[in-house]
Amino acid sequence: MMKQWIVALAGGMLSLAASAGEYNLTVDRVQIDTGDFVKEGIGYNGASPGPVLRLKEGEDVTINVTNNLDEMTSIHWHGLILPYQQDGVPGISYAGIKPGETFTYQFPIVQAGTYWFHSHSGFQEPNGAYGAIVIEPKGREPFRYDRDYVVQLTDKHPHSGDRIMRNLKMSADYYNRQQQTVGDFFAEADEKGFVATLEDRLMWGDMRMMKADIEDVQGFTALINGKGPEQNWTGLFEPGERIRLRFINSSAMTYFDIRIPGLEMTVVQADGNNVQPVNVDEFRIGVAETYDVIVRIKDEKAYTIFAESMGRSGFGRATLAPKPGMTAAVPEMREAPLLTMADMAGHMDHGGMDHGGMDHGGADQSDMGKAIMDHGSMNHGDMAGMDHSAMSMSGGDASDPFYAAGSGLMPKAANGGKFLSYADLKAQNPLYEHREATREIEMRLTGNMERYEWSINGVKYEDADPVVLQYGERVRFKFVNETMMTHPMHLHGMWSILDVGEGKWNPVKHVISVSPATTVYMETEVDAPGQWAFHCHLSYHAASGMFRKIVVEGGPDSEVAERTQKGQQGGES
Amino acid sequence: MTRLTASLSAFSLAMATLVTPAMAQSDLAKKTQTAKSFWGVSAEKLEYRYSDADEELAVIEGGAFYGTDELKFHWLFAGEWEEAHNAWETLENQFVAQTPVSDFWDAKAGVRIDTPEGADRVYGVLGLTGLAPQWVEVDTNLYVSDEGDASIDLEAEYELLITNYWILSASLETLVALSEDREIGVGKGLNSTEVGLRLSYDLFERTFSPYVGVVHERKYSDTADLARDGGGSTEDWFAVIGARVMF
Ligand SMILES: [Cu+2]
Repeated sequence: MMKQWIVALAGGMLSLAASAGEYNLTVDRVQIDTGDFVKEGIGYNGASPGPVLRLKEGEDVTINVTNNLDEMTSIHWHGLILPYQQDGVPGISYAGIKPGETFTYQFPIVQAGTYWFHSHSGFQEPNGAYGAIVIEPKGREPFRYDRDYVVQLTDKHPHSGDRIMRNLKMSADYYNRQQQTVGDFFAEADEKGFVATLEDRLMWGDMRMMKADIEDVQGFTALINGKGPEQNWTGLFEPGERIRLRFINSSAMTYFDIRIPGLEMTVVQADGNNVQPVNVDEFRIGVAETYDVIVRIKDEKAYTIFAESMGRSGFGRATLAPKPGMTAAVPEMREAPLLTMADMAGHMDHGGMDHGGMDHGGADQSDMGKAIMDHGSMNHGDMAGMDHSAMSMSGGDASDPFYAAGSGLMPKAANGGKFLSYADLKAQNPLYEHREATREIEMRLTGNMERYEWSINGVKYEDADPVVLQYGERVRFKFVNETMMTHPMHLHGMWSILDVGEGKWNPVKHVISVSPATTVYMETEVDAPGQWAFHCHLSYHAASGMFRKIVVEGGPDSEVAERTQKGQQGGES
Repeated sequence: MTRLTASLSAFSLAMATLVTPAMAQSDLAKKTQTAKSFWGVSAEKLEYRYSDADEELAVIEGGAFYGTDELKFHWLFAGEWEEAHNAWETLENQFVAQTPVSDFWDAKAGVRIDTPEGADRVYGVLGLTGLAPQWVEVDTNLYVSDEGDASIDLEAEYELLITNYWILSASLETLVALSEDREIGVGKGLNSTEVGLRLSYDLFERTFSPYVGVVHERKYSDTADLARDGGGSTEDWFAVIGARVMF
C-alpha cells in the first residue's frame, strides 16, 4: 500500500517536472441523436463527438486509447507534427488497435492551435469517431479574446459508412437529390431560350456529367458540436466580449459556408497556424480544415452561427447568446449552385473523355463556349493544355485564383460583403525560411464519377507505388484537379505550405482544398522521416483510391524507418 | 407454383453465399486504407402485368453482383410467370463476369441457362453494357445456344426526372435472331420488341420504388407466325404495377 503510494507520488512529481500530460480515451459504440434520427455510431469516452483534448505546447503527452469495439480501430491526430509511429494510420504508421487492446501514444506537443483527431480505420470517422484538439501556446498569442469555443461540424448520415460506400459504387448518384428535373428545364428555357437550354442539356448529356454533381452524399443532418439544427448548440457570452470560435470541419464529405449574420469575423488562424488577421463576412471550410475566428459582440442579443453546405443540401446551426434559450433568426439556405463548363475544363483537357462525343450536340467547341457558358470571359480554343491557374487569373470581377474563372462554385457572401479566399491567407510568423523548392511533383487528381472511382495520376492506392521523398528536400507539389469535384488534400506528418504568391508569408496548412479545373501548388519542407499517409479527406474518395503512401528516406531516424517499413509491408493483413 | 418457390429459394441461397464473402472482404478492407470489394442486389422489375386480352403475368428481372472495380460477377435473373398456365413462359439465369473496357462501358461474358416451360437452352453470352451519351443505359448481348443458334438482344433505358423522386422511365427491349430455333418459337430476323413506360416514386431512399406503367409487346415476321400457330397473340398492351428494388 505504502509502496503504491510512493510510486504514485513519484509518478506525479515526474509528470510535473517533465510537464507530461496523461489522457485516456476509450473507443465505444454510442448512440447519436441528431434531432432528425437516432443512430448507433462510434464515439470516444462514450460520446460522439469525443472530448475536447486540451493540450499545452511543449508538453509530452501520453494518450491511452482503449478499443472497446469488436473490430480494429485507430486514432490519427490530425495536423499534429509527431514521430510517424504515433500518427495512427493502420498499415502505414502501425498495425492499428485490436479489440480489447489499449495502445499508448506518446509524443511531444511541438505546436499550438486548433486541430482534431479521428479514426483512420474503415468508415469509423463518418460513423462518429472524431473529437477536437485545442493546444495552448507556450508564448503570448498575437490576438486577444475573452473566451473560446470549439465549433466542430460534421455531416451525420442515417446510413453507415460501409453502406454509403456500397451505394455509391452501385450508383454514383445514389444520394444526389438535386439533379436537374423537367421543371428546371422549362424554367431555364423561359429564361435563356429553349434552344440554348436544350443545347446545354445535350452537351452535358453527351459528356454524361451532371451540373448538380457537387455533393456526393446528401441526406445528412449537419451537426455542430454533436447537435442538430433543432437541438441548437449554444455558446454563452457577455456583451462586450471577444469570443474565439475554433471551427473544425470533421465532416466525411461536406464543405460548409459559414457566417454569423450581424457579426463580422476576424480570421486569425487557419489549420492551427496564426495568419495575419482578415475580416470577413463569410468563409468556406473544406473537409478537415480548421479556422479560428474572433467575433466581438456588443449587443445583448442572440446570433445564429449558420453553416450551409456548399451544395446547399443541408445546414448546421448553432447560437451565440447572452442567456440560455435565446435564439436568433435562422436564414434560409441559398439556391443550390450548379457547375459550369469552367468546372469541366480540367476534365476536357486531360480526362478520359472522348472529345468526338461533344460534336453531337450540333455545337462545335467555340460555339459551345458562347452558347453555354454564363460567363463569357473564357474561350475554349485557348484552354487546351493551358495551366489552369494562369487561366483563373484572367477572370472577371468575381475572380478568385482558387476557383476556375466562371466556376459555379465561386462563393459569394450572403450579405454581399467579404468572402474569405485562400488568397487572403498570409502567415503571421513564417514557420520556415523561404527557399526554392528542390523539385516538383505533379499530382493530377483524377476519377471517374460514373463508376465512383477516385485516383491520383489515374492510379488507385492499391495499385500505386509510394511517393518517395528525401529528408531535407523542399518539394513543390502541383495539384491539377481534372475532376468536377473539390478535393481536400491532406498530407500527414509535415506541413503543407500553400502557394498564394506571398513567398515566405505563404500560409502553412494541413489540408489544401483544390477546386475543379484548377491548379494549386503547395510546398513541403521534408523534415519528418518515416512513412506517412497522403490522401483526399473526403472519406469515400480516399476509400476508393485517392490516397498515397509517402516515404521519407534519410534523416535522423532513417534506420528505424527502414526497419519498420520492411516489417510493416502490407500493414495489418 | 413449386417452381417459383424453388427459384426464390435458389435466389436467397445465392444471396447468402454472396453476402458472406462480402462481409469477410469488408473486414479486410478496413485493415488497409481502401475498400475493394462490393456487392449489390437489385430487381429492376418486380411487376404484375394485365393485358388487353385479360392475360395475367408476373415478371421479375433482377440480379446480384459481387466484385471489384476491375472484375465483377453478376447473376442475372429474368422470368415471366403466366397465371393462366401456372408456368414460367420465360425463365433465364445468366452468370457473367464483367470488366470495364472504357470510361462508360463494360464488357461481359458468361452463360445463360433458359429453363422455362418447354425446351431448355444453354447459351454462351458476350455482352456490352454501359452508359451511352445523353444518359441512355444500354445493355446488348450476343447469345449462341447449344443448338448453334445465334441471337442478339438490345435493351435501352432512359430516366426522365419529373422531380428528384418522381421518375418516368422509358425502356426498349428488342431481340434479333440470326437463325431460327422453331422448338422455342424463335424465327429468323427481328423477333420481338417490348416498349415500356413506367412512372415510379422513390419511397424508401432508392431501395424501394413502386411504379405503374404501360408495356407494349410485339412479335414480328416468322416469330409472329410461330406464336400464332401456337395459339398465342402477336401484339399485347399491358397495364403494369410493380416496384424497383435495390439494396
Ligand atoms: Cu476527393
